[in-house]
Amino acid sequence: MVDARGYSCPIPVVMTQKALNQTKPDSLEVLVDAQTAVQNITRFATAQGYGVTVTEQGQDYLLTLRKN
Amino acid sequence: MEQDMKLTKLAKCAGCGAKVGAGVLASLLDGIRVHTDPKLLVGFDKSDDASVYQVSEDLALVQTLDFFPPIVDDPYTFGQIAATNALSDVYAMGGEPKLALNILCIPANMPKEAVHDLLRGGYDKVYEAGALITGGHSILDDEPKYGLSVTGFVHPDKILTNSGAHEGDVLLFTKPLGIGILTTAHKADLLSEEGAALAKKLMTTLNKSARDCMVQFRTHACTDVTGFGMMGHLYEMAQGSNLTAVLDTNAIDIIPEALSFAELGVLPEGMYRNRSYVEEHVDAGNVALAVQDVLYDPQTAGGLLMAVHPEDADKLLEMLKENVPSAQRIGTLTKPQEKRIILR
Repeated sequence: MVDARGYSCPIPVVMTQKALNQTKPDSLEVLVDAQTAVQNITRFATAQGYGVTVTEQGQDYLLTLRKN
Repeated sequence: MEQDMKLTKLAKCAGCGAKVGAGVLASLLDGIRVHTDPKLLVGFDKSDDASVYQVSEDLALVQTLDFFPPIVDDPYTFGQIAATNALSDVYAMGGEPKLALNILCIPANMPKEAVHDLLRGGYDKVYEAGALITGGHSILDDEPKYGLSVTGFVHPDKILTNSGAHEGDVLLFTKPLGIGILTTAHKADLLSEEGAALAKKLMTTLNKSARDCMVQFRTHACTDVTGFGMMGHLYEMAQGSNLTAVLDTNAIDIIPEALSFAELGVLPEGMYRNRSYVEEHVDAGNVALAVQDVLYDPQTAGGLLMAVHPEDADKLLEMLKENVPSAQRIGTLTKPQEKRIILR
């Protein structure tokens, strides 16, 4: 789980890139608190061959990335 | 505050990316009674770059204001960029800037030398433009901000609005696109030294030469591409002129590093705001998403977008090649079609 809440763009997508590049996981959860972060991470993950589902959790968004 | 403070770390949004979205802006102004005057030649009804007021038969006053939070860490460079950006609105109207007033917000603990350098950057750029800074206003604020209100002059018959384009006009542009993405990447320390140098050079290049070239030809409309991105400003031009713009995306000079960052999802919030405002009016065809993102990217002190008589386009393009960072022939304006912008 990557907790990128409290970071402004583009830090959340950079944190996600690092997590994906380090361990190449089949799935990864990322918690963010801004729509821009949701969209930036979705763009990046899609380009890397991951499917993305977004769940709203109060003020936050939980992104679940799964290798296609 | 530390001497080695990073100005950009104090800013929530970068440069023109901090601009309130066009759609939001319209709703904020909705319902406010607007007075007019026959001598007010350009007001804010057409979302233009500056107001223009006729003083006499051969003289009109151009008035504009622009300011934003730091987009780079070096105060002197930030001052230069803010001034370049503020002056640009006068050039975009075909005018020449003459007077400018500083607008400054500074944290109480910002080092005096840094504030001095910031202002020196503004003064240097305004003098380069052949205009004068004659004063200003400064207030304390948690986040630094700087910009200028600029007054210029233009002949009333030579005003270039963003809505005067004709069917068949050729679209020319004068700087590479992707500045906002580069500055966003810089905030995360991802940007190469070359990329940072390029962004700095572009954001501190006045649109003076571009303006001086275009006024020698049959230019029908002009706007500077800033916070609303190429697509936002082009939409305003096409909509205001009741035409459709057809863009040749292969002819647009996109900064390669900006395109790479777009592919990695390193994109400023303003890009998404611009996209949601304009997207419904765009036929994007099969143009790659990352290329589209660059077209929606908010630019700080971006280039001039000109709609030029087709017979003059080649000659103006040749002259621009000698005088601007990147002279490009990027598309044409056609009679109105279902969408205001078509990407090819």
